[in-house]
Amino acid sequence: MNEHEMKLISDFALKQSGIVLNESKAYLIESRLGSIAEKHRFNSIAALARGLATASMDLQRDVIDALTTNETFFFRDKTPFNLFEEVILPTLISTRPPGSRIRIWCAATSTGQEPYSLAMLVLKHKHLLAGRSVDILATDISASALERAREGLYSQFEVQRGLPVQMLMEHFVQEGSNWRISRQVRDMVRFSELNLMTPFPQVGVQDVVYCRNVLIYFNNESKRKVLDGLAAVTKPDGYLVLGAAETMIGHTEKFMRADGQRGLYQPAPRESALRLRA
Amino acid sequence: MQSCLIVDDSSVVRKVARRILEDMDMVIDEAEDGQEAFEKCQAEMPDVILLDWNMPVMSGLEFLKRLRAYDGGQKPKVVFCTTENDVGHIAMAMKAGANEYIMKPFDREIVESKFQEVGLS
Repeated sequence: MNEHEMKLISDFALKQSGIVLNESKAYLIESRLGSIAEKHRFNSIAALARGLATASMDLQRDVIDALTTNETFFFRDKTPFNLFEEVILPTLISTRPPGSRIRIWCAATSTGQEPYSLAMLVLKHKHLLAGRSVDILATDISASALERAREGLYSQFEVQRGLPVQMLMEHFVQEGSNWRISRQVRDMVRFSELNLMTPFPQVGVQDVVYCRNVLIYFNNESKRKVLDGLAAVTKPDGYLVLGAAETMIGHTEKFMRADGQRGLYQPAPRESALRLRA
Repeated sequence: MQSCLIVDDSSVVRKVARRILEDMDMVIDEAEDGQEAFEKCQAEMPDVILLDWNMPVMSGLEFLKRLRAYDGGQKPKVVFCTTENDVGHIAMAMKAGANEYIMKPFDREIVESKFQEVGLS
């Protein structure tokens, strides 16, 4: 693959998904697109790159699927889930009337571990909900990752990374050497395909948005675009949770850090006020 | 520094686990079966025990029951680490007083995750 073909692929990835692939990612492209080229009968990755401009939707989707990183695990990084239990959920319960619906959106859900972790925490604290219901929407750009998420079947390795054994016993059913999430937890989560690079008003207004470890793959322009979009769908007193390595600084002023907590944000007052008047 | 007793009749498993746990700044001791582990605990309780199930002389489960019944034996966190990977065995281990459960084969990430789960990392 020469420089021109590398650029064809990185331009395609940027336009379609916001993902930035510089020259240092050539190894990633080579290793991930080999099987896609073979599946779609190209004789090389270079040939695939040259065919991308006129590619079928199927091929385009396969390429995006292959280039996205689906690394995740249950209760990844702990802190965002501690914040959910200790700050977010108690605050929402105290500010939302009984009978209301608390809406949570996991914007880059990958293979489902994040929304299922949140669903398990909701069940852990369901005695506090007092008639409030919780709706968890989980979206991702990768159709194959979503397929796995909906399936809810995880390997022995996957259920041991971050998941306490008590929760494994309570919320999973063993199937051979794999473990399937219980119907109760699975039914709490709605999965849907969504590209953060396109406008997403269809997700509706959310009380909490988890958008972790996705902005790190974007350039500054895409980061700002996504954050502005998230600001538009987050309730004025709602929350946004970013990944530990991600920050608002220099990208948008529509969010401010909440409670001095790293990775936890709320819409900035001015932004909230403007929207309330609208 | 926290102390960990690795109990496993396989010297290979003990060696692999020792490397991982030493990287986590733990002081390591080893035992080849439940009986030897129990004697070591009587002499000095470790902070955490990484425990195999099937061992000669005394099994991991029997060791755990004795440990929890022994004066001061409630203190160590116990993380089972075994090829007994079914729900029934996990339930038995938790009922006997295990704090966490690792299903073999394991890797560094799983050990770190499980030790973090019991408050040791």
